[in-house]
Amino acid sequence: MRREASVAIAWAALLIVLAFAAPGFFSAGNLRDLLLANVSTLLAASGMTLVILAGEIDISIGSMFAVLAVIAGLIARAGAPMPLAALTAAGAGALLGAANGGLVAGMRMPSIVVTLATMILWRNALNWATGGAWIENLPSNFQWFGLGQTAGEVFILTVAAVLVVALGWVLKNIAAARAVYATGAGAESARLAGIPVRRVVFWVFVWMGAMTGLAAVLDAVRFREVQSNAGVGLELKAIAAVVVGGASITGGRGTLLGTGLGVGLLASIGPALTFLHISPSWEKAIQGAIILASVVIDFARGAEARKNG
Amino acid sequence: MPPLLAAAAVTKSYGGVRALRRVDFELQAGEIHALVGENGAGKSTLIRIFAGAALADSGEVRFEAHPVTLRDPLAAKALGIAVIYQQPALFGELTVAENIGLALESGGLWRRIDWKQRKRAARELLSQLGSTIDPERRAATLSMPEQQTVEIAKSLGARARILILDEPTASLTEREVTALFGVLRELRRRGVGMIYVSHRLEELPGIADRVTVLRDGETVETRKMAEVDRATLIRMMVGRDIDAVFPKREVPVGDIVLETRSLTCPAAGVKNVSIAARAGEIVGLSGLVGAGRTELAEVLFGLHRPSSGSILLRGKPVAVASPDVAVRLGIAYVPEDRRRHGLVMPMSVAENVSLARLATAPGMRGLDFQGENGTAREYTSRLAIKTSSVATAVQTLSGGNQQKVCLARWLTAAPAVLILDEPTQGVDIGAKAEIHRLMSDLAAGGMAIVMISSELPEILGMSDRIYVMRGGSVAGELRRADATQERLLALALGEEDAAA
Repeated sequence: MRREASVAIAWAALLIVLAFAAPGFFSAGNLRDLLLANVSTLLAASGMTLVILAGEIDISIGSMFAVLAVIAGLIARAGAPMPLAALTAAGAGALLGAANGGLVAGMRMPSIVVTLATMILWRNALNWATGGAWIENLPSNFQWFGLGQTAGEVFILTVAAVLVVALGWVLKNIAAARAVYATGAGAESARLAGIPVRRVVFWVFVWMGAMTGLAAVLDAVRFREVQSNAGVGLELKAIAAVVVGGASITGGRGTLLGTGLGVGLLASIGPALTFLHISPSWEKAIQGAIILASVVIDFARGAEARKNG
Repeated sequence: MPPLLAAAAVTKSYGGVRALRRVDFELQAGEIHALVGENGAGKSTLIRIFAGAALADSGEVRFEAHPVTLRDPLAAKALGIAVIYQQPALFGELTVAENIGLALESGGLWRRIDWKQRKRAARELLSQLGSTIDPERRAATLSMPEQQTVEIAKSLGARARILILDEPTASLTEREVTALFGVLRELRRRGVGMIYVSHRLEELPGIADRVTVLRDGETVETRKMAEVDRATLIRMMVGRDIDAVFPKREVPVGDIVLETRSLTCPAAGVKNVSIAARAGEIVGLSGLVGAGRTELAEVLFGLHRPSSGSILLRGKPVAVASPDVAVRLGIAYVPEDRRRHGLVMPMSVAENVSLARLATAPGMRGLDFQGENGTAREYTSRLAIKTSSVATAVQTLSGGNQQKVCLARWLTAAPAVLILDEPTQGVDIGAKAEIHRLMSDLAAGGMAIVMISSELPEILGMSDRIYVMRGGSVAGELRRADATQERLLALALGEEDAAA
């Protein structure tokens, strides 16, 4: 059975329990809140899927997220139109990603160390620059892109959905994505087949940064001011969703469908507990158990494959 | 007196390939016994069996006339058998004294380490070998002969009764060789029996008492060293029949496609290599393991940067900075170790076959799944690749079939130059014939093929011209008509200086 199917079944089982025990979960308001609250995680996890497929990791995205949200806010406050603010955030994200990618691919440094360093660096640079203050007095076209709440919500969800579906299609059908898979599945063999694996790694980090920028904007416009401490723990949520969705943490295997399902399953746990009147303190424990189960299944299957191979 | 160590009718196969076949071998105490044979003759396998690293399928290993079963290296060590491999296996981050101490000191994990004593013991052992290596140096900073000296010091300290030396002089200077021989003679005087594997036939009369020749996994003969000369030894080493090779067809040879001029790369150990390969030609690269053939291929493929000299493609100098540049220039390389370097194991047959095209075509284009699968299917049937489908992960295929997938990739990519490193190693006879036929076809189509092979019949049967390498340089060039197994081996061993 494909990994995506087992995640889908687990999630469906949870939703069926909720349908009987707490139909209130499926109220339009709750579903909308749930989706909107997880747009940033979904986009970050989509970018993270590529990073992990290439056999790397990026734990700096939470800090990047905060920096990029503040950048978007400052540009909007300076009077720029919102599309420009969003593009600037994505572009700045690509630059921050290029810094990670340059150090990892160019200097051949381990990505966990590089992004640990940039994670601390960006977060503290932002604290120093803003003094912890939020970005306030934003123009009226900032919140909900000036579309009003309902249209704004629809717009955010549409953009996120289109991006993720398009990226999912690209991952399956475009040659460059195949090079990402090959890089993660066997970097040395891919290199000897003529694939420029270092360039692949570089661009994957750039893409991760751009996705983080978009995630930051789509998240920030829900409010009237921009927090300067957003995104704490975003990297862990994203990595968890990718792993639960069936991607191999060592690279080379995984799909965006799996990541989407992983985000859905993990994000449903917290609200489900509320509706089922279970103490919310169980949320992290259950999420942790799911992640652990995914990894155990992965390694058991890996051992099986090695035995047969 | 019974022999100290003996093999009686030892047979060993690896996955259907017979490495040793009823091999007999005897080592006396106080004897230096040379073991010679060409690549793949079975020397390494016999050493592995004596070292407890491999178990014979049948036959007996006897220690002082008693049959013994060497299940693991510890069992061999307990009998006093020590092996010095060509590549010493020291812990690079530890000091010389620590390396020696770890091998020799007894006592449990929780014993207190007497650092002074450890250093003194190391210095004492090294001085017995006439060496002045500082026991406090990190092993990673030692030169190759220094590392070997430390290895010998370890076996000396362990009071080994049997010492197996695998190509100990391969990387030593003449002065170091003299020092090493002095040590070996001293050990011989103390009654240590030594098995001495070497390709340097010229040094054997000076050190060995007897010599055993292996060929194709069988014992040819054991003789007193004083009774045989080099020519006799070489004749005993070769003599394999040319079978299962499907000689290359004569095709018109075109212009030079690939050429190197005084190509030198110290990092890869390639020195002053000038070769050429023409369209329609299969050029053989012969030589012993470690002669620099694979390293030369790696330089041509952009894995190492040359320090001087040039690579020319169709007469134009090119800078092959990396493998992706090489592939785009039209140079393809099928490495010897396809498990680690050839294939992306979790990916399917079709994906692996299309990998080279993936590298050369633009990245932002849709994948042609049908075309990909069609090509893969065509080649799985042409090469008789045994797989349930082209969607099967290559890691589930056998070694021979993996090699064929790797070949199929480059056959579909149609490069200008195809470098094959041991293209038929571990491949069954039928597939071998098919691979040879395909190589002929590709050459006929105008491709220049450079083939590295340790199998003399394959080199002789398939090559239009042969470069014999030795010590990172070209030792000689032979035309097809002039090449014989004896001449190839003589050049590879450095017994013949110039060639026609």
